[in-house]
Amino acid sequence: MNLTRREALRLSAGAAILAFAASRAGPALAGPAETEKAMAEFTGGASPATGRITLTAPEIAENGNTVPVSVFVESPMTDEDHVTEVTILAEGNPNPGVATFHFTPMSGDATATTRMRLAKTQNVIAIAKMSDGSVFMDKKEVKVTIGGCGG
Amino acid sequence: MFSRREFLMAATATGAILGSGVAGRWSRVMAQQGLSEESLLAMPAYGNVTLVHITDLHAQLKPVYFREPSVNLGAGEVAGLPPHVTGADFLKLYDIEPGSPEAYALTYEDFVALAQTYGRMGGLDRVATVVKRIRAERGDNMLLLDGGDTWQGSYTANATKGADMIEVMNALSPDAMTGHWEFTYGMERVQEAIEALPFPFLGSNIYDTEWNEPAFPPMQMFERGGVKVAVIGQAFPYTPIANPRWMIPTWSFGIREEDIAAHVQEARGEGAELVVLLSHNGFDVDRKLASRVPGIDVVLTGHTHDALPEPVMVGKTLLVASGSNGKFVSRLDLDVKDGEVKGFAYRLIPVFADVIAPDAEMTALVDKVRAPYEAELSRELARTSSLLYRRGNFNGTLDDLFCHALLEERDADIALSPGFRWGTSLLPDTPITVEDLHNGCAMTYPAAYRNSMSGEMLKNILEDVADNLFNPDPYYQQGGDMVRVGGMSYAIDPEAAMGARISDMVLASTGERIEPGKEYTVAGWASVNEATEGPPIWEVVEAWLARNPLVEIPEDRAVRVKA
Repeated sequence: MNLTRREALRLSAGAAILAFAASRAGPALAGPAETEKAMAEFTGGASPATGRITLTAPEIAENGNTVPVSVFVESPMTDEDHVTEVTILAEGNPNPGVATFHFTPMSGDATATTRMRLAKTQNVIAIAKMSDGSVFMDKKEVKVTIGGCGG
Repeated sequence: MFSRREFLMAATATGAILGSGVAGRWSRVMAQQGLSEESLLAMPAYGNVTLVHITDLHAQLKPVYFREPSVNLGAGEVAGLPPHVTGADFLKLYDIEPGSPEAYALTYEDFVALAQTYGRMGGLDRVATVVKRIRAERGDNMLLLDGGDTWQGSYTANATKGADMIEVMNALSPDAMTGHWEFTYGMERVQEAIEALPFPFLGSNIYDTEWNEPAFPPMQMFERGGVKVAVIGQAFPYTPIANPRWMIPTWSFGIREEDIAAHVQEARGEGAELVVLLSHNGFDVDRKLASRVPGIDVVLTGHTHDALPEPVMVGKTLLVASGSNGKFVSRLDLDVKDGEVKGFAYRLIPVFADVIAPDAEMTALVDKVRAPYEAELSRELARTSSLLYRRGNFNGTLDDLFCHALLEERDADIALSPGFRWGTSLLPDTPITVEDLHNGCAMTYPAAYRNSMSGEMLKNILEDVADNLFNPDPYYQQGGDMVRVGGMSYAIDPEAAMGARISDMVLASTGERIEPGKEYTVAGWASVNEATEGPPIWEVVEAWLARNPLVEIPEDRAVRVKA
């Protein structure tokens, strides 16, 4: 990703409608089970394929409180064939839901960038839902480290 | 110090080195011609482009002793592969005669005896002799590239915020550099220094956090010997994690291999026939990157301080590892035709300070930048009767000395000393000067903290650092060695999963297990946290040396490695 300032502004202004997932109270960290539940809710039970969606996140977070994450989905973005939604889940957070992005053919391309908080080292998952109902997934482990001893 | 003549006799007496190991060339040249400046530097020119690489100087202007590691384990797929081969195994792999000059330069085997025979290595006036000769021979066909960690690591570099190194390196006329410890002088100083450089400071992977825009030029195109050469710079990806983020608050790093891939495409699109990655990723990260990003001809690696007598091939990509502290200069001659590398010749040139004549102009410049500090640099603090060194995965006697000082001067139960890979070595029965001490700790965040930590916190720290070293995926490694401990012992299984490597943590003073819920007083230094309080580490060590004028540090047994 190499966004110019103009592109970044355009992106944040209108390319995608961002809706943060509703927060649920509770101190317990999410486990794979809760993430699977959130995935199932999003996909309606369809099992996601790999490919088409690319999740970009740092291998090691510079600051666990604000970790940049980007998604890109390959799609012609026509009325017949476009991305409708992309959701990002953090498997090890108290609430796995990070953000859901909604797209229309008017979005132009299915690209979105946001920042998330990660409580600890964990997998971050991005799932895209297409207009034909098919779903695609990408996953990346992001390490949250104490740091300070490299050199 | 013995004379040059004695040295040459000793070298010639090592005799013929036979065999057909992977690096036979180097050995044979020395055996056949004896060790002389001519034998070290003479190389028939090959091809049309010459890359000269120097990296991880750590501000060592003068010749040094630097002991290579005895333990340098590889994680996952790279276990047992270079550079994770040490000592006798290294000599066998590269067919190097034990006791030979190259055995001394490349391994820890018999280090003290060989150091006394072959002397110090490096020194920028010797490096200048090497560079000037290659430049004289290759002229317009040569690029000199600096892999970074150049401006930090000595008393004078710290006192001048890198100005001494910048002045001396500029006299060598590099064509580009990248960096890591350079950033620990803080954003303002780095920007000021870079603006004054007569060559580009490249960093494809450095972004401005505010607008997510590239903060540094990613790449520079050159034309050498009629060949269009693209040099892409890659700074140390984990600078804001391994070093204080607060010093460079609006710069973000990371590996960002997709950016490198894009720059490779861009370079080829602009007609580049040779694409070079000038990298401070660390060797294993570069090996993985070379396997995933197509189109890079040469990776000049850095950060992990590995010195390999020949390039490692990953597909069609050549990975060069040029060592550290000025011990080596790499010369890579390439034959580039029709947009691809047709062949290469490589020499890892060992900079034996007693063999390669210093360049007089550079000696004068080095003396000039050191002059204001010379009296302080040579002030003796104590003597050591045993070898002091740092490099190695788990411990080094220099860090043991630091830990003794922290425990006693700061009245702590446990001491922690970071696993830096820089820090020179001191031979037995030699003085410890201010310069020697600062070669092991000169930095911009030296405060020696004293905190209370629970046993659980201590274990978490050890687990965290262990994963940064032994994660089987190199992209999740940071390239430092294990944090050193004093006042305690532990066992480690490098192959275990994250969070499960460390066990048997025992407090040395009582012989009792370290309890997760119990609090311990911990002294350490080089915290990445802002506003860390405490005296600079060099004051702590100097005070301890004043009370211990004759130092003897035996090899430590505090860390037990489970196979």
